[in-house]
Amino acid sequence: MDDLLWIFISSLLINNFVLAYFLGLCPFLGVSNRLETSFRLGLATTFVLLITALCAWFLNTYVLIHAPYLRLISFIVVIASTVQFIEMAIKKLSPALFKSLGIFLPLITTNCAILGLAIFATNRGYGLWEGLTFALGAGAGFTLAMVLMAGIRQESEINNVPALVRGTAFNLIIAGILSMAFMGFAGLFSST
Amino acid sequence: MATPQSAYQEMLKGLWRDNPVFVQVLGMCPMLAVTNSAVNAIAMGLATFFVLVGSSFLVSSMKSLIPKPVRISVYVIIIATFVTVVDYTLLALFPVVHKELGAFIPLIVANCMILGRQEAFASKHTVKYAVMDAVGMAGGFLVALFALGAVREILGEGKLFGFSLFGDHFEPWVIMILPPGGFITLGLLLLLFNWVGERKKSFLAQVAAAERSRA
Repeated sequence: MDDLLWIFISSLLINNFVLAYFLGLCPFLGVSNRLETSFRLGLATTFVLLITALCAWFLNTYVLIHAPYLRLISFIVVIASTVQFIEMAIKKLSPALFKSLGIFLPLITTNCAILGLAIFATNRGYGLWEGLTFALGAGAGFTLAMVLMAGIRQESEINNVPALVRGTAFNLIIAGILSMAFMGFAGLFSST
Repeated sequence: MATPQSAYQEMLKGLWRDNPVFVQVLGMCPMLAVTNSAVNAIAMGLATFFVLVGSSFLVSSMKSLIPKPVRISVYVIIIATFVTVVDYTLLALFPVVHKELGAFIPLIVANCMILGRQEAFASKHTVKYAVMDAVGMAGGFLVALFALGAVREILGEGKLFGFSLFGDHFEPWVIMILPPGGFITLGLLLLLFNWVGERKKSFLAQVAAAERSRA
């Protein structure tokens, strides 16, 4: 139980996917201009991450012991098609949910955070529950980073920022400062 | 068909005018994660170079065979195949480098720059142009990675390629080789690029104004 809690906290704060591993930067810099959109994108990503952890566990346990060199290709194909199927199912079962989260799903599928999660979980030899906890923590961490970033960006729009600095350069420097702040969490588990 | 001159230009545009990192801001995940030293940056750049050139070659020579509705999936599978080749080659020949780059070699697949070139260029041009374009884009990516890696290593450790530059009394800025340093260095480099572009534009405008007033 302690192990699972540690995995969750570590992937949420200390090794935040965006701010420490640089995974999922494209949506982090691209879509983070509105608070509400970022939050929903974060939820949708968490959902896909959970599915990914499930797929990766299944592939690692039943398929890839026989053919480890197919790891990368099978991860991509299986994750992308599973997400596609779930997208269709949601569209059929709950149009309201599809409207709020579904539009992001195709955008997320080939995101490096998704593939990164599958690869990290494999390299660390996580089982099913550990993988799912890892996915939940990583997704929550991604959402947290997105929401913080969107809040700062919304605030910065009404302030007087030089035109030359505006845009990606500005966002990257904000991300750097956020990342510095998150480094403080490394002290949480100094004894372990 | 265009002249050989323009094939050469297809290559050059990736290095500066359409630089994938500084101008198009693509492929940032692998870029920031592995640039804490110049050597790692070059290793990542060369791996990406191989994958991009290989997949552009294959995509553009197979473009009439790939059915349109599933083209993206086909591109991704082609790219993933090349990445697997790189992954295993590095593991066999340079295990130290492979260990340093770790999970970020498989993540080359998710580099949106590579998929972007297949969709935007390789699938619409002949093999020669596709390869030239890939060489230019991958070269630009390599240059950008090296710039970032060199700056971070010089400031963060006071070294370049492991050689000490400043002597003993230099206090390294450890933050530069940690994640925040990556974000901030890239932000500042982008700023420099914007500034140079802005200067060039205003210089050209001045030249045009001067010529107009003379005429």
